[in-house]
Amino acid sequence: MERIPVLRMGSLLLITIQVDMHDKLALQLQDDVTQKISEWGSTGVLIDISSLEIVDSFIGRMLANIAAMSRVLGAETVVVGMQPAVAITLVELGMSLPGVRTALSVEAGMELLFGAMPGLRRESEDELGEA
Amino acid sequence: MNELAEIISQNEEQIRSEWLRDMAKSQRSDLMSKAELEEQARAMLGAVEEGVRTSGPANFSGKGWESAREIVHEISTSRARQGFSPTEVATFVLSLKQPLFAAVRREQSKDQDKLFNTVWLTTEMLDRLALLTTESYIGAREELIARQQQELLELSTPVVKLWDGILALPIIGTLDSSRTQVVMENLLQTIVATNSRYAIIDITGVPTVDTLVAQHLLKTITAARLMGAECIISGVRPQIAQTIVHLGINLEDVITKAKLSDALALALQRSGRTVVRVGSNGNASARVPVSNGPIAKKED
Amino acid sequence: MSLAKREVMPLKNSSDVVLARQKVRQWAIDLRFSLVDQTKLVTAASELARNALDHGKGGEMTIEILNSGAKAGLRLVFEDHGPGISDIDQAMRDGFTTGGGMGLGLGGSRRLVNEFNIESVVGQGTRVTVARWK
Repeated sequence: MERIPVLRMGSLLLITIQVDMHDKLALQLQDDVTQKISEWGSTGVLIDISSLEIVDSFIGRMLANIAAMSRVLGAETVVVGMQPAVAITLVELGMSLPGVRTALSVEAGMELLFGAMPGLRRESEDELGEA
Repeated sequence: MNELAEIISQNEEQIRSEWLRDMAKSQRSDLMSKAELEEQARAMLGAVEEGVRTSGPANFSGKGWESAREIVHEISTSRARQGFSPTEVATFVLSLKQPLFAAVRREQSKDQDKLFNTVWLTTEMLDRLALLTTESYIGAREELIARQQQELLELSTPVVKLWDGILALPIIGTLDSSRTQVVMENLLQTIVATNSRYAIIDITGVPTVDTLVAQHLLKTITAARLMGAECIISGVRPQIAQTIVHLGINLEDVITKAKLSDALALALQRSGRTVVRVGSNGNASARVPVSNGPIAKKED
Repeated sequence: MSLAKREVMPLKNSSDVVLARQKVRQWAIDLRFSLVDQTKLVTAASELARNALDHGKGGEMTIEILNSGAKAGLRLVFEDHGPGISDIDQAMRDGFTTGGGMGLGLGGSRRLVNEFNIESVVGQGTRVTVARWK
């Protein structure tokens, strides 16, 4: 059966979703990611959705699930490259993707995961302080 | 009712010249040349004859009336664009009544009942054509207005790059649904195109903020956040702040600043940058970070 | 530009859902909907098609071009012969992640379209009709 490839880059898992996924494919991806995190001891998951023109509630839930499951396994997840039309639609749909961190590009996503940018590392602290 | 068709075809020249003569008094010679008018009249009359002959004067939705409907639509829309008034456009069709009735009376004067029926059908038919001109006219106008509105929207919401990765969106004027759509799409697309993590939405130029406007702003901010960018709202005037609180609008997750400069300072800080004053010798040796105004900021 | 004004597509498995939304996308492109409007309609179609499949045990989608004078639009009808929905109001209010509700996301879908109509009879099935204008 066709699968979305999960690539390994050091401690990072890279997933690029380029096909219009049917539900079974999405569930398969969830399984694969959790499997690989365990197998390789990955600490970061980067999902590139810049080619996705549709994110409906099922895909949205899949992304949220991957983020949650990964966290339980000790890995952080970042979703990158969401298209504007998709973002607008998700807002209208009422999906806020709680627990899913996002970034504009693969580079930004990696910086987020590696905490490379000094200002960024403090993001989570700032969220509590600055209003 | 092919008698009517016959009447028209046999009297075409006379009908048309009478029609043009009547129209000469009312039609706008400054907007349309005589030759053009004649051409339109010829086409119209021919199409009316075809309609009557093929489908009859009453069956307006019949195939025979297709070309008449098209011609009417074309004439109406082009005249709308040229600047004719709706009355002038309708009069073009309605002034055909007089010469047409005259022709019918000439041919059917012997039979009063028949004469009355034909005149009635003819007047109904021309009324419907005249109404069609109005509809087409209005349609053309609405299209023009919509297009102008779109252009206006695009002109009035420019997205400005303040710094690498920091955008500013100064909004001037009221924010309604359709405008918010345009603003939102424009901002989000620019965020992606410039890879900007921070967008400052300045509402100094927005006169009032009600729950609807606030909702629109919140949607924009949520969408940007979903994509991985942060929005800061600046230019919040004291009255706006009061309104927001009175209306109970929840802005907990939103960063707001009174001044655009404060918002810029925050964005710079968050993106790991600091502004230093350069000493008189040109060196940045005196690394005193420049703060934005005398307001005491919490040391992060 | 697709010449057909109306087409019916089966919704019997998850691949059908993908095909259905691709069809909606194609017709929306042909009608020159804006990208955002396309995305909203296709997303709504995806939600409703999935409902018909998962909750309605399979059904079909009818896609139709609408022409009202100057405006053009697309109408989608999702019909299934499944168990139906007993409390439509409740279903419209449910969110996606609430555990107790059906999570049909009908309320969300409604916000993505201009016209929304739902009919359902318990034991017989459900029909959802949506339309989006250019």
